[in-house]
Amino acid sequence: MAEIVSLAEAIARAVHDGDQVAMEGFTHLIPFAAGHEVIRQRRRDLTLVRMTPDLIYDQLIGAGCASRLIFSWGGNPGVGSLHRFRDAVENSWPGPLQLEEHSHAGMANRYVAGASGMPFAILRGYSGTGLEALPGLDGQPAIRPITCPFTGERLTAVAALNPDVAVIHAQRADRAGNVQFWGITGVQKEAVLSAQRSVVTVEEIVDQLPAQPGAVVLPTWVVDYVAAAPGGSHPSYALGFTVRDNDYYQAWDEISRDRDRFSRWLAGEVLAGAGPTAGAGAAATGRGA
Amino acid sequence: MTATGREEVPASAADTFTADEIMTACAARALADGMTCFVGIGLPSAAANLARATHAPNLVLIYESGTIGAKPGRLPLSIGDGILAETADAVVSVPEIFNYWLQPGRIGIGFLGAAQIDRFGNINTTVIGASYADPKVRLPGAGGAPEIAASCREVIVVVRQTRRSFVDRVDFVTSVGFGDGPGYRERRGLTGAGPRKVITDLGILEPDPASCELTLTGIYPGVTVPDVRARTGWELAVSDALEELAPPTAAELAALRQLQANSTSL
Repeated sequence: MAEIVSLAEAIARAVHDGDQVAMEGFTHLIPFAAGHEVIRQRRRDLTLVRMTPDLIYDQLIGAGCASRLIFSWGGNPGVGSLHRFRDAVENSWPGPLQLEEHSHAGMANRYVAGASGMPFAILRGYSGTGLEALPGLDGQPAIRPITCPFTGERLTAVAALNPDVAVIHAQRADRAGNVQFWGITGVQKEAVLSAQRSVVTVEEIVDQLPAQPGAVVLPTWVVDYVAAAPGGSHPSYALGFTVRDNDYYQAWDEISRDRDRFSRWLAGEVLAGAGPTAGAGAAATGRGA
Repeated sequence: MTATGREEVPASAADTFTADEIMTACAARALADGMTCFVGIGLPSAAANLARATHAPNLVLIYESGTIGAKPGRLPLSIGDGILAETADAVVSVPEIFNYWLQPGRIGIGFLGAAQIDRFGNINTTVIGASYADPKVRLPGAGGAPEIAASCREVIVVVRQTRRSFVDRVDFVTSVGFGDGPGYRERRGLTGAGPRKVITDLGILEPDPASCELTLTGIYPGVTVPDVRARTGWELAVSDALEELAPPTAAELAALRQLQANSTSL
């Protein structure tokens, strides 16, 4: 059963140095407040897993929390580069970052395999691309051909993802720790079900979850920690509660381009902040910057 | 963040247009009404939304965020903007959009951008430079593109043409066009037909039916073949039936500028 705790306590108990951590949310519902708490607690040597690293991993990478990254698209959506990610890959700043990269279809299927208790997933994918030849973090091929036992067709196998901990943001939880989210639901269900532990931050904790068409519900018994973090997906958004702060995504291009400017941002907006409203606090200062 | 801007575009503004505008208009015209279209963000998204706002009101826009039949009244900045989910016919999970919708060949057109593209229409969005491990430039990576390029029934690429982006061979094959030439897609089990058009800010290239090599088939008013060759990193073949493409109409320009005005005046 999920425990309802503070964000700081959830991160302290669930995320440890050296862990493989998947903080998911496909453009929508990205758990920024939780990411900032990981930075404040100075976690190190993490293997970060995420389809779209987005600003949240740009921040964690720039803050020196990560040694390895498993991903499928590392850009600032509609804006351009993730400069902290690029600086880590191209110049090893603030330290080297080992990559394992996939396509979105491959990553999504890896989570499905992990959630399903299967060692691998099969898809039509990667064939003929340069991605086929890239090694995984262990140096072994991460993408392997497989022959269909029924038709003889050549398909692609990708290994299951089973992170130590999954972290997601949702619209609501009830006091028993049942979690509800809707809109673009991405791979968060699969990420939570594939992980050993999970943390869910929410916009609000209510007595009873209202009926919500199209919502994903994660029962309390597959969630470990629930923490209230209103506005905690900013500059991403929580449909029905907040809107995507596209200006912030554009402003991040400038903030992150320069190491000193990024370091000042980190000191002022993350390290100086505390608690679940830090993400919302950054909203006011970041808007239109 | 609601769209409130409704600036009128004066008719005289249609007299002049930018290279991006004619490119976007030509890309929009490649989409017929009623088609299903898997849309990449940026130039492809602008063109797909222009098509829906003009000649193709029943175009089904599908974004990799799982939004099927999105009908945004402004250009989204990301593939996951709230307006896509709010206006969609259906919103499905990311595993579902790739496994149930894209993979079986259910989607007609894959509409992609590129950082680098080569003479066989292969796309690189991963790294610039000879070494993957030590790249000159680290690009964002694959995203949904490899499987969009593999499994949509056809692919249209929208990309600005420069000598750096149009290369003989891409530094890294992120998404397969025609590989090393005829027969490659079939050998690798790619179910879709591959690139049908590459639409640039100079004109349109299409694969030669025999060699699969991208060939110049259309050119914008005021652009010359030497102009295009100067911005192509291989010896570009030119179709015998090279046509001059029509400039954007006043209606197309007004619709495109309205979409952009709605997007920026938030």
